[in-house]
Amino acid sequence: MNRPKLGVAAVLALLSVWLPQASRAQDAAEKEIERYRAMISDPMSNPGYLAVDRGEALWQEKRGTKGVSLEQCDLGLGAGKLEGAFAQLPRYFADTDRVMDLEQRLLWCMQNLQGLDTKDVVARRFSAPGKPSDMEDLVAFIANKSNGMKINIPLNHPKEKEAAAVGEEMFYRRGGVNDFSCATCHADDGKRIRLQSLPNLSKAGQTAQETMASWPTYRVSQSALRTMQHRLWDCFRQQRWPAPEYASDGITALTVFLQKQAAGGEINVPSIKR
Amino acid sequence: MTMISFGKTLLVGAALSISFAASAAAQTATKSIDLTVVDRYVASTFGKAAPEWLARIKPDATLETCNASRNDVPSAEADKITARELARVVYPADGKLLGNWKEGAKVANDGRGNQFSDPPGLVAGGNCYACHQIERSELSYGTLGPSLTNYGKDRKYDPEEVKRAYAKIYDSQAFAACSIMPRFGANKVLTETQIKNILAFLFDPESPLNK
Ligand code: HEC
Ligand code: HEC
Repeated sequence: MNRPKLGVAAVLALLSVWLPQASRAQDAAEKEIERYRAMISDPMSNPGYLAVDRGEALWQEKRGTKGVSLEQCDLGLGAGKLEGAFAQLPRYFADTDRVMDLEQRLLWCMQNLQGLDTKDVVARRFSAPGKPSDMEDLVAFIANKSNGMKINIPLNHPKEKEAAAVGEEMFYRRGGVNDFSCATCHADDGKRIRLQSLPNLSKAGQTAQETMASWPTYRVSQSALRTMQHRLWDCFRQQRWPAPEYASDGITALTVFLQKQAAGGEINVPSIKR
Repeated sequence: MTMISFGKTLLVGAALSISFAASAAAQTATKSIDLTVVDRYVASTFGKAAPEWLARIKPDATLETCNASRNDVPSAEADKITARELARVVYPADGKLLGNWKEGAKVANDGRGNQFSDPPGLVAGGNCYACHQIERSELSYGTLGPSLTNYGKDRKYDPEEVKRAYAKIYDSQAFAACSIMPRFGANKVLTETQIKNILAFLFDPESPLNK
């Protein structure tokens, strides 16, 4: 695993210089963003790796009424097996008879393996200044263990197939006062909202691969490690839909659909983004 | 105009006039899915929202048709939609369509409103720049819609064009079935006054976008 040793301050200083300019000269800004991205994908200067370290400690920490760690949690490849587990999530779990993403599975292990009351963990699902998130840190740690591997979620079980089909349908379902769906913003090549370029996620292949293989990510504009749960929560906000329930089946279904579009994408996380 | 160019295999029951695109997703798409199953997932994901929010995400007849064909609506259905939506347009009682362009410029630039993170009672903006280039000096514009620079000048400030643009903004689907552009008036996102001000922004000869 790579650990950051330097450069966090430099990244933040740099960001404060270019962010306000993004709205001025758009071509120049886009080039700057490219250059900036290349520079900060360097793990040595990516603060997301601090979350990876915190996640590792949380994975090993004995907690809950049973006083055990998460090290025996089965993420799909067997109890405690981390390498490559994230590349195959979400997936069907026989013990719950449900398709679960990593965060749903971690909550289940906390409750059932550790006997942990997850109310506080869920309350801190998205970190804020002075309010760290166990889930963000754990996801960073676990997802990092799939680096170099390809997204390859199982789609054999009827419930996995159902989730993929529902996710696809939800992707196209319009609603809210603006009549938006995911497809409004993510179904054409090369489009932008204001200055932000929008990945076309309606097609399987490279764009979807690059997108999904780069989450979780450290978001510089939020100074936080963010997971797909947060990304979709934020997209539903922009979609003018109600706030989706954390770790709900609809978010997992959408994630299954997106992972299916992204099959074969080589994971490199935590990445770093705007 | 085709907004969504692929992947129409999911809803086998929908009238499909276009041959299937040979994309990877189309090949692997599951056959049809019972929409009540989708509704169940949606309910478990948003079920705790307030009733008025839940009402907003319930597709009306128009959106049901758009969803079924993923906006690539067959022409007979499209005609029904445009007729239905045109009938929803409410024109100003005093017949005056043009308001204050400076106020309109603000509304066009304001992207706030109607998000679950917004304080209650926040007056929503039009968020037009999310999708349209308008004033040339505003470089932060999106590309989901066509450019609106020179809008009024290009149309010679023709009163018929003003009326049409009013209706377009009030209910975009009055002219283009399943347009991705919001139905600002029909869905009560913008008030009549806001729409008049935006119209002035598009059509006032003094407005910077016509310079
Ligand atoms: C009104 C616009 C809008 C809607 C609707 C929307 N998104 Fe997004 N989405 C965005 C923007 C803007 C970004 C950020 C792009 C950036 O940061 O460059 C984004 C980013 C994403 C990303 C991450 C992209 C990346 O490169 O890391 C994913 C995945 C995503 N959206 C999926 C969805 C899904 C699924 C839905 C529906 C639930 C949805 N979006 C609805 C605007 C939208
Ligand atoms: C989510 C994207 C989106 C938003 C937001 C949006 N539009 Fe549009 N608009 C479009 C698209 C796409 C078209 C072209 C297809 C169509 O006619 O529906 C369009 C077309 C138009 C047209 C007709 C252009 C012509 O060729 O005559 C006008 C006028 C217009 N928009 C004005 C506005 C105004 C004013 C606002 C804000 C109050 C706005 N739009 C917000 C997407 C959008």
